[in-house]
Amino acid sequence: MEKKKKVLVIGVIGADVHAVGNKILYHAFTQAGFDVVNLGVMVSQEEYIAAAIESNADAIVVSSLYGQGELDCRGLREKCDEAGLKGIPLLVGGNIVIGKQKFEDVEERFKAMGFDRAFPPGTSPETTIEALHELLD
Amino acid sequence: MKNILLIDFGSTYTKLTAVDVEAEVILGTAASFTTIETDINDGLTNGMKILEEKLGKIEYEACYACSSAAGGLRMVTSGLVPELTGEAAKLASLGAGAKVVGIYAFQLTEDDVEDIKKLNPDIFLLVGGTDGGNTECIIHNAKMIAGMKPDFPIVIAGNRNAAKECERILEGFETHVCPNVMPKFGKLEIEPTQKKIREIFLNRIIQAKGLSKAAELLSDIMMPTPAAVLQAMELLSKGTENEHGIGDLVAVDVGGATTDVYSIADGMPEHMNTVYKGLPEPYAKRTVEGDIGMRYSIQGIVDVATPRKIAELSGLSEERVLELVDYLKQNKDKTPDGDKELVALDYALASSAIEEAVRRHAGSIYETYTMMGQTFVQEGKNLTKVQEIVVTGGSLIHTEKTEEIASHALFSPTHPESLRPRKANVWVDRSYILAAMGLLSSYYPDAALRIMKKELEYHGYSE
Repeated sequence: MEKKKKVLVIGVIGADVHAVGNKILYHAFTQAGFDVVNLGVMVSQEEYIAAAIESNADAIVVSSLYGQGELDCRGLREKCDEAGLKGIPLLVGGNIVIGKQKFEDVEERFKAMGFDRAFPPGTSPETTIEALHELLD
Repeated sequence: MKNILLIDFGSTYTKLTAVDVEAEVILGTAASFTTIETDINDGLTNGMKILEEKLGKIEYEACYACSSAAGGLRMVTSGLVPELTGEAAKLASLGAGAKVVGIYAFQLTEDDVEDIKKLNPDIFLLVGGTDGGNTECIIHNAKMIAGMKPDFPIVIAGNRNAAKECERILEGFETHVCPNVMPKFGKLEIEPTQKKIREIFLNRIIQAKGLSKAAELLSDIMMPTPAAVLQAMELLSKGTENEHGIGDLVAVDVGGATTDVYSIADGMPEHMNTVYKGLPEPYAKRTVEGDIGMRYSIQGIVDVATPRKIAELSGLSEERVLELVDYLKQNKDKTPDGDKELVALDYALASSAIEEAVRRHAGSIYETYTMMGQTFVQEGKNLTKVQEIVVTGGSLIHTEKTEEIASHALFSPTHPESLRPRKANVWVDRSYILAAMGLLSSYYPDAALRIMKKELEYHGYSE
């Protein structure tokens, strides 16, 4: 029997309508052999969680392009725990903070918020796919 | 001449409609009072007699029926996430013409099982998980249901990877497996389940509800009345190969206990800058407001509309409104019959009922600002462009203000977020033929459509 594909829930969080990167990620992840549930733009934390529960997702990949990612992502890990998605890998990438900050600091802050991986601007899909394999295989 | 008899077994009336499908006319209608105590077959015999007195003895080539008798088709559903498979299960059941008496989400508890036992539904719809998704919840729920030794049939329409196991768990009980109501995230596939629900209704419910004797007379199709109405509305909207439909529409049936709303429209966002959120809703959608009705659920109307608004609309004082509402609660069969105060009150109640029920049925939109500027977020169906409204129910038929009451279904500046039709033609089903035409449409769609176009009475254009 064919090995079951890993399921990813992806989307652009908060009041963010940047749709292009989201489509690119959808195609890149699908081509890389993942089963992708794409929630599109303006996704709330609750929507990621509801979709992850129904689809029994293996990871949630959050995008944010408009600088408010840090605010939008706060509490997502706690809500996942509350909803029974204990330990589900959370990944985030894009322009996740405002201004030029050292990415090591940013990464640390997101890890403290419960994210398994945070990616700086300009990350190629391949880098994220590699990280997903590391986390899921 | 080719005569067909159409029967609607209701909870209070058995309604008969005789049509000639060749001439495409209604020959006559009859209604006979039935109660829960009296045998439903008495209602039919009585109705036949009334019809015969009107039309003389005529032969019928076929006889089709629908039923909402004995509480209608009572269903309980269980899904996983309330907004996702939970909602899909509800939409599937309502569209199949059921009365949904219990909606559960996530894992059923022992208390839930106790409640379900008491509810004793006609059918249980077990769903949860997208295909390949969560199996834990539906399997848990199958075990809980098996534990209560159900004597009602169970339709399994969840994650296909769990279907076989659920079937095994429920072995020894009546089960039916259908394709997942939500196979992929955000994709509804409810038609196969609805078809199955109607089949079960046909085979099982008729016997249980004392309709088997009547069934001998029937040639075919027996469906829940709301399903027949939905079918009629779809036909009226879409038309057939030979006859145009009237396009997208909204239909409202304000009853004594509930208010049913139907919409036949795509309802997707109108503009590029609108983002759609939530489950896409079915093209032919039905909702039922169990707390909004002219008599049994009169308090529900007063609660949502407030006595002040009812007083404003009716021109009565608030005290008088409350007095009359109490009186109607005690006298549920009371119709206004020209009594000025009751006419005014019923006008206000029906207007408020329509407004609230359509507002709940229609989608909503809100404005938000993003880095890219103004954006709109839409949930549910956008019905602003719908141009036709069909109304029925005693309070809309026995009044001179049909159009005014119906206009409360339209867009209102007090609720700018509610995506109701902006302006529409108002049609009245004065002789209660919608269910009958839905039945007829299974075999004679052209005739059913043309009869509806002829019989529905035009009641002006409302903005």
